[in-house]
This record gives sequence, structure tokens and C-alpha cells, in this order.
Amino acid sequence: MLDPMLDPITGEQRVLAPGHTFKSVTEKISGIVLTPHTPLGWFAGFLLAGGVVGILLVAVTWLFLKGVGIWAITIPVAWGFAIINFVWWIGIGHAGTLISAILLLFKQQWRNSINRFAEAMTIFAVVCAGMFPLIHVGRPWLGYWLFPYPNTMNVWPQFRSPLLWDVFAVSTYATISVVFWYIGMIPDLGTLRDRSKSKIGQFLYGFVALGWRGSVRHWVRYETASLLLAGLATPLVLSVHTVISFDFAVALLPGWHTTIFPPYFVAGAVYSGFAMVITLAVPIRKFYHLEDLITIRHLDNMAKVMLTTGLIVAYGYAMEVFMSYWYSASHWEYFMMWNRMFGPMGWSYWVLVTCNIALPQLMWLRFWRRSPGLMFLMSLIVNTGMWFERFVIVVTSLYRDYLPSSWGTYRATRWDYATFVGTLGLFTFLFFLFVRFLPMIPMSEIRMMLPQAKVRTEAEALPEAGD
Amino acid sequence: MPIREGTYGLLAEFDTPTQLVRAAEGAYSAGYRRMDCYTPYPVEEAAEAIGFHKDEVSLVCLIGGLLGVAAMFSLETWISLWAYPLNIAGRPYYSWPAFVVPAYEWTILFAGLSAAFGMLALNGLPQVYHPLFNAPNFRNGATSDKFFLCLEATDPKFELGDTRAFLEGHAPLSVVEVEY
Repeated sequence: MLDPMLDPITGEQRVLAPGHTFKSVTEKISGIVLTPHTPLGWFAGFLLAGGVVGILLVAVTWLFLKGVGIWAITIPVAWGFAIINFVWWIGIGHAGTLISAILLLFKQQWRNSINRFAEAMTIFAVVCAGMFPLIHVGRPWLGYWLFPYPNTMNVWPQFRSPLLWDVFAVSTYATISVVFWYIGMIPDLGTLRDRSKSKIGQFLYGFVALGWRGSVRHWVRYETASLLLAGLATPLVLSVHTVISFDFAVALLPGWHTTIFPPYFVAGAVYSGFAMVITLAVPIRKFYHLEDLITIRHLDNMAKVMLTTGLIVAYGYAMEVFMSYWYSASHWEYFMMWNRMFGPMGWSYWVLVTCNIALPQLMWLRFWRRSPGLMFLMSLIVNTGMWFERFVIVVTSLYRDYLPSSWGTYRATRWDYATFVGTLGLFTFLFFLFVRFLPMIPMSEIRMMLPQAKVRTEAEALPEAGD
Repeated sequence: MPIREGTYGLLAEFDTPTQLVRAAEGAYSAGYRRMDCYTPYPVEEAAEAIGFHKDEVSLVCLIGGLLGVAAMFSLETWISLWAYPLNIAGRPYYSWPAFVVPAYEWTILFAGLSAAFGMLALNGLPQVYHPLFNAPNFRNGATSDKFFLCLEATDPKFELGDTRAFLEGHAPLSVVEVEY
């Protein structure tokens, strides 16, 4: 008996399970949202995540009352968890854009099943990321001072600073991600409007579907707009992490001041983002029985992307060591790298090497790439490693600078941890809302992938089976 | 509330995209022009069959992008040269390489928003009322698994009996008259 998930001609794993029709795909995906019986497991997870959001609220409230002194940031380590978490979350978001934009441009059809929730992941990750600089500025209620606007004080922002570039990069990224996500969802919202049985559902989905009726003229413009947005999001995602790396690279500090930062930050972002997609996809496909739509082929392909970007990141680490030890001929660079590896916080560097370089090599093994459980484990390892990468860059570059008399150390406080764990909760909380109320797999794009979606020419006009 | 009285058009329902495209091609060559196809996913062949080849979304997007880059670059130049000149480590007031980054971001921001909202505007969305939703079978299929061709009554060639007979000739699942 042949495995139905293998393509009989190529022998490869299929992207979609065979035997689906337009109707079955629509029912399967919209059923998750429109069911009157919310699974109990959803409530359990939702409440748990909501509880963790409570921790975030407490941490942020206390921060607003007391100021950033409740965190461990001090001189010499003036940048701590806030910037680490900011870079980590933004990086996670980048895989969503990569999947939805770059893979669309490359006509990688397998992305269709995972692009919607990868985009949702991007938005929620940017929400978590964007919070950190805002609460880090000390007086968050004046955060809007970052934007150029006419004011009675007659002051304007300083455009030569990478920190201001960040404001534009991240706000553009957030806006375009939301727009791309929403535009992509309009046809599916139309489906939900038409299939919803409840008056409230019909009204709300109808409201956000904007009157979509699937006219082919609309589809043509829609497809053009999607391609254009993909074409714009691609350079955008590269620029966002490049600009974030400029925050470091433009500073004259050993460990930060390197030209390799932009490409290696972008690769790292994609690496951690794909890991997060797997962290989300594996439980979701299991819980909602979506094995037909999110297949082993998806895991396999994502594992390969992770392996590739992981090797780029490894090259980046190697190049950093090379530049510090041999190429720079600078005593300060040399000391920074020695201290990073063997100083009092050297353990963090070796955690990073283990999680980001050593263990991911297991993904060369085919059975590992095709096992959901093992890939889930790997995704957690990689995201731990990527968090430590940012920790190493931020903390171990700062805590022992030029003058030994000004050396210090860094020890995160409970509020640092509470804020970080809180954003993990917020991310999960938003994601639970998303899978319950919005279509997590783009129905129109899956329909397009079905064999019966092709218009046959006169020559191949065989008798067709309907649904 | 209907905005007009009378017939909007005749709506034929098909099971497969191929049947829809054949029928649309037939209608176009029979001389019908005021018509549209409705599909649950993009069917490019159907758009070509009804003579819709070009859209202006790219142009709108280009204009948006140019506006974005011009707006941000001139804002930065004006602020740094006239409104609030700051001496940062002796760098020139007009440090244009540094201005490129925000200008680049705004190019993408404006171009992206123009593409998205331009697409919606050209499509006439959001639209609160459309007569097609009066057809009993339209909502069941148009956004999930059926393919529709609507010949509109404003077409000079439209004549209820003849047009219905024409559509019936393409073996549809059903032909319904849609009221305003």
C-alpha cells in the first residue's frame, strides 16, 4: 500500500493531502472559526495565556510607577532585557514576512498553508517588540516625540541617529504587515460572512469583508496589489533588521562596530522566525487536525530554511571571531572577544553556540526534519539560542569596556523576567484569539492549489468531475 | 433598500472554472460587454475572457512611492537645514546619506498603502449594497465552491428571454434573474 502523502510520480511528500475539493477545504478551515462549540482546550489555553498577560500588566504598571530603575539596566550595561527582547521579537516577526512575501515572489506554493498564521505571528511579534522601546524611553507618555511633528517647543528629531531610523523602520513594518495581512484576508472574510449562521457573525464578518463578492475584475487588481505588497515587503523586511543592526553597528564599541551586522542580523531573524512558525504550527495542526493542509512537506521545507539560515548565522559568528582576533589588530576588540567567550559571562556564549550552531545540525537528518515532535523541540532550542545571541551581543559587549575601573556586571531583576514572560503571554493570548475568530489558513489560496482549480484548454477538455 | 427597481441581470452558476470560462468567452464573442464573473479564487482566464486585461494598481503604487520618498526627503532636508539645524559631531547639516534610510522607509510605506487602498478604491470597495447578494444561490457558492457569470441588464444586447436561452446553452447549474 502506497503512502497517500507521497506523490506517485516524483516520490516526494505532497504539499496537500489528495482528495480535497473546494467545498471540503472551505468547510474544514471556516469550520474552525464558525463552530458553535469552542474546544475546551482553547479555553484552557486562552485563560492560561490571559493569566500571563496579567503578569505583564503588573510588571508594566510597576514600571510606570517606579521608572526603569526597577530593571537591571545601569552603567556600564545601560541596554538590557528591553533591547534584547525587542530585537528577538522583531526577528521572530521577520519569518512571517519572508513566508508571505519572498516565497510568494519565488512562487513557492507550499507557503500557502502557513502564510496567514505566519503573518499573524509577525504582527503579534511586532506588537510585543514595539512595546519594549516604548516602555524603555522612561516617559512612555511622551513617546510621540520620536515623530517629526510641528510643536510649540519648536524642536525636531535628529535624522542622523539610527535610533530614529528605527522609529521609521519599525512603524512602517508594523503598518505594512497589518495592511498586507488584512488585504490577504478580505476574500476569506467574505467566505465567513456567507457561511456564518449567526446574525452577529454575518454582520461583523460582513463589515470587515467590505462587500467582497469575488468579481474577477476585483481579483485581478487584488492579485496585482498582493504582488506589489510582497515586492515592497521584501526590501522592507531586509531594511528593518538592517536598521536594527545599525543601532549597534554605528556605535563605536568593540563587539558592535562591525560591518557584518546587517546581513547576519537578517539571517538570524529569519532563523528564529522559522523556528517560531514551527513552534506554532506543530501544536495547531495536531489540535485542529490540519495534517492534510500543514503537511510533513512543510516541516521539511522549513527545516531546510532553518538549516540554511543557521549556517549563515554560524558564518557570522565565525567572522566576528576572525575580525576580533586576527583582522582588527585592536587590543580592545581582542579583549572583547576573549571576554565574551571566557569571561565571567562566557557561559552565555557557549549556550548560544550549542543552541544555534551545534544542535541544529541534527536537521541534516531526514527523519528529524519529518518528525513534528523533534522539530518542535528544535524550534524551542533555536529560539533559546537566538535569544542568547542578542543577550551576548548586548551584555557581553557592554559590561567590560575600555577602562577596568568602570567594569560592571549585569544581573536581570524579577521585573525584567516578568516583562519578558509577560510578552510571551501576550503573544500567545493574541494568537489564541486569532485562531478562534479569523481563518488561520487562506482558503482562496488553498483552493487555487487544488488540481481542479485549473482551467482546461479545449485539447484537454476531459469529462470533469464536479464536487 | 433597493436603490433602483427592475432587473440587474441574469446570473448563471457553474460547477467548474472551465465551464465558466467557456461561457464567458461565448458571451464576449456574442457581443455582450457589461458582464462579470464571480469566482472563489482568482481565475485569470475568466478575466481575459470578459476582456479585462489591465489594471491601474501598479500606477497608483508608483505614484504613492514617489510621493513618500519626496515627502520624507524634503522634510528631513528642511528640518536639518532650516527648521532645527543641529551640529552632530561636526557633520554637515545636509547629511543626505543619513536621510536615505527614513526616506526609503516612507517610500515603502506610501507605496504599500497606495497599492492596498488603491486596489480597494478601484474595486469600489467598501460597498455596502450589491444586487447580486439578492440572488438566493450567490452567497452559497461565490465565496466557496461555485463559479458565476452575470450578464447585466444595462448591456444593449441584453434581452431577458434571449439572454436566458443563451446562458442555458452553456449547461449551467442554474440561471437566476437578479433584482435590484
